[in-house]
Amino acid sequence: MEKTNHVVHDHYDAEGSKIGMWFFIFTELLLFGVLFVIYSVYRYMNSDAFHLAALELDTFIGAVNTIILLVSSMTIAMSTTALQKGNKPFTLLLSGITLLLGIVFLVNKYFEWGAKFDHGIYPGSAHLTETFSQGEILFFGLYFIMTGLHALHIIIGLVLISVTMWKINSGKVHAERAALLENSGLYWHLVDIIWIFLFPLFYLIT
Amino acid sequence: MSNEKHHIVPYRVYVFVLLGLIALTLLSIEITHIDLGSLTVAGAMVFAAVKSYLVLTWFMHLKYDKPYIVTMVIFVFAVFAVTIVVTFLDYLYR
Repeated sequence: MEKTNHVVHDHYDAEGSKIGMWFFIFTELLLFGVLFVIYSVYRYMNSDAFHLAALELDTFIGAVNTIILLVSSMTIAMSTTALQKGNKPFTLLLSGITLLLGIVFLVNKYFEWGAKFDHGIYPGSAHLTETFSQGEILFFGLYFIMTGLHALHIIIGLVLISVTMWKINSGKVHAERAALLENSGLYWHLVDIIWIFLFPLFYLIT
Repeated sequence: MSNEKHHIVPYRVYVFVLLGLIALTLLSIEITHIDLGSLTVAGAMVFAAVKSYLVLTWFMHLKYDKPYIVTMVIFVFAVFAVTIVVTFLDYLYR
């Protein structure tokens, strides 16, 4: 049964990798899904407080970050096309733009959270517990947990894309072995989809 | 059927999808500025669902993937939808 005639032991399986990535994405959907269930129940029970608290968030920054993520999703999707066409510099440029946009997203998030902290709004702060109602405290708790977990996913995505770019540059990922780039792209799109729901739930529905 | 291993999606397709996504984002911001009462939440969620559909279909290549992957994705989203419905049935009728 030994395949001695196989000189190169190539364990590359694009379809297997893709299924694995999708399974992982399903677990991520369940992770965020539970938080969305918690959000919708608390929103149902405290709709007035959620309405009030959401007014504290800046729709403009939220919208800018949404568009940044959407564009970054497009560039990472395009980079797969570029890789399949064998255009390495363009692949690196497009995934580099994705990387940069992800960092810009985080910088915006930093200033947004920073402004909230300056106003005394952070989990467990005296200002929050003394002047806000129970429902508003719940809103901000969910806001920090859900956008924080999302930001953590952005950071993981950035690391993943950096590793992929490194391997594209060294030639380990190319047109015939594009799975790593495709799967990094899938992960990045997942992060995008989660934000697509976070944005209206926290910034828009006021 | 485009089930070949290397289906290369043209760049312009992604540009069109992005333009659609940005248009939907701006539209959802406009819509939620109008006071529709409880319909506002539903409206915003419909926009988010359409946007996710676009991302899943085009950016995540489900359009070109084998049917079993699409089936799994639909199944997982259906499980999530059922979870939401059951949770609310519990809260509404307890």
